[in-house]
Amino acid sequence: MTAGRFRLLPYQAGVLVALVAAWQVTAQRRWLDPFFFSMPSAIAARIVQWFGSGSIYRHLWTTALETVLAFLAGAALGVAFGFAFARSPALSGIFDPYLKIANALPRVVLAPIFTLWFGLGVLSKVAFGVTLVFFIVFFNTYQGIREVDRNLLDNTRMLGATERDLVRHVLFPSALVWILSSLHTSVGLALVGAVVGEYLGSGRGLGYVIAQAEGTFDTTGVFAGMTVLAIFTLAVDLAVTLIERRLLAWKQGAAEQT
Amino acid sequence: MRPSGQAPRTGRRDLSGAVAALEFYDVARRFPVPGGGTYAALEGVSFAVARGEFLAIVGPTGGGKSTLLNLAAGLLRPSAGQVLAFGAPVDGVNRRAAYLFQQDVLLPWKTALENVMLGPLLHRQPRREAQEHAMRWLARVGLAGFENRYPHQLSGGMRKRVALAQSLIVGPEILLMDEPFSALDVQTRALMENDLLRLWQEDRKTVVFVTHDLDEAIALADRVLVLSAGPGARVLGSHPVALPRPRDVTEIRLHPAFVEVYREIWAQLRGEVLRAYAARAPTEGSAAP
Repeated sequence: MTAGRFRLLPYQAGVLVALVAAWQVTAQRRWLDPFFFSMPSAIAARIVQWFGSGSIYRHLWTTALETVLAFLAGAALGVAFGFAFARSPALSGIFDPYLKIANALPRVVLAPIFTLWFGLGVLSKVAFGVTLVFFIVFFNTYQGIREVDRNLLDNTRMLGATERDLVRHVLFPSALVWILSSLHTSVGLALVGAVVGEYLGSGRGLGYVIAQAEGTFDTTGVFAGMTVLAIFTLAVDLAVTLIERRLLAWKQGAAEQT
Repeated sequence: MRPSGQAPRTGRRDLSGAVAALEFYDVARRFPVPGGGTYAALEGVSFAVARGEFLAIVGPTGGGKSTLLNLAAGLLRPSAGQVLAFGAPVDGVNRRAAYLFQQDVLLPWKTALENVMLGPLLHRQPRREAQEHAMRWLARVGLAGFENRYPHQLSGGMRKRVALAQSLIVGPEILLMDEPFSALDVQTRALMENDLLRLWQEDRKTVVFVTHDLDEAIALADRVLVLSAGPGARVLGSHPVALPRPRDVTEIRLHPAFVEVYREIWAQLRGEVLRAYAARAPTEGSAAP
């Protein structure tokens, strides 16, 4: 798999180079209006300027902070509720319809409310991100605990486990597999929550940078913001992959065996 | 004699005066069936297992053998009758018993060592001590050097050895085994059976070994209990196995007494196997509801 990935690398890079070159040429020859489409050289220059002057760092930091806080809070709530619901049929029975309704609601409509409640700062973006992350983690925790092999529980009980021991040695690790399997999605959604929140109303962050550029018809700024955001997202995704690999070390190669 | 105020709960005593390790008195276990009604897995089951006895239980597949072990383990409660361990009713998980399951029940996120350590840790042994203890047990089941492997990195036979060490390390007085070797290939299985006999020979724990393989039952046990086909399985007969010990499971099969016991038990078991088979086969027309 790794070999295959590297074998395709020249082709993948080729696509990027071709697209950027085509964009650059057409914009330079005014076949595309640079006012609406900008051009790669201008975008690159803008990004260099942002990082050179250091003006972008506080925006990056804000978005990163919001993402991490939204993920941690959403995951903590999701795990807690997932556990409680999986262990108590009464609780899940009563609240099931409400969870379904809450999950069905397009979360973007909550952003203005959160801005009113929590202001234009970090908190409203975190709250918005939490509503996105919570459900993913909640459903996966719930599923993870419901799917625990009964024999694993019985065996651990026979070895002398109390209910608390079962949570620690069997239920939580079992749910963790499910939670981690959705880690890319949930961290991604935390980032989406932060950026969308910033875009809709804030004073700093990558979403704010893009919204500001858009407000002044600065297409170069919009594209430059998008590029930085894309690279940032890739970096976050890579970090998640590394964490996942560390936590699921026991599973490595499990698919090939048996 | 017992004080008269005490309910007749404490078990019968055998000739030497010792209380039996495990006793079933007229035990029934019924399960609710989806869509109403109940399915009786066991009905009127009575037997006792003496201390240090190796008892094998054979019966047709789906005949309530696992239910019987779950009752002895305290994972299930009887619908009627009583289950006693060392004279006391089994209430909740039977802490004097260990259970070797048919399925793989090692925790996949723990290494072989961590899996074996689990029992001692749950009994609040200090970590260091538990680890040393577990290392010794892994060596005893022939897995020294495999401590840090995860279950998926071990073969089926190795996983069974880890499971055996995991069960035995807590020092159970009764070992309940539910077709533990049925998923292994023939050679590995013979090796595991011999290892089990060797370990058993060392301290003579009480063993209840459930299997559908009559060969295995006779080769291992002091006595073979035959269970009828379900529903409502009951004990059909009890056959002492008078074969010399220590045994080698592959050689003992050639012993003349082995063949004799085999014939005797098979005569009883055969009808039940056919009955169980007939009950499963699709029937034309209207069967009894």
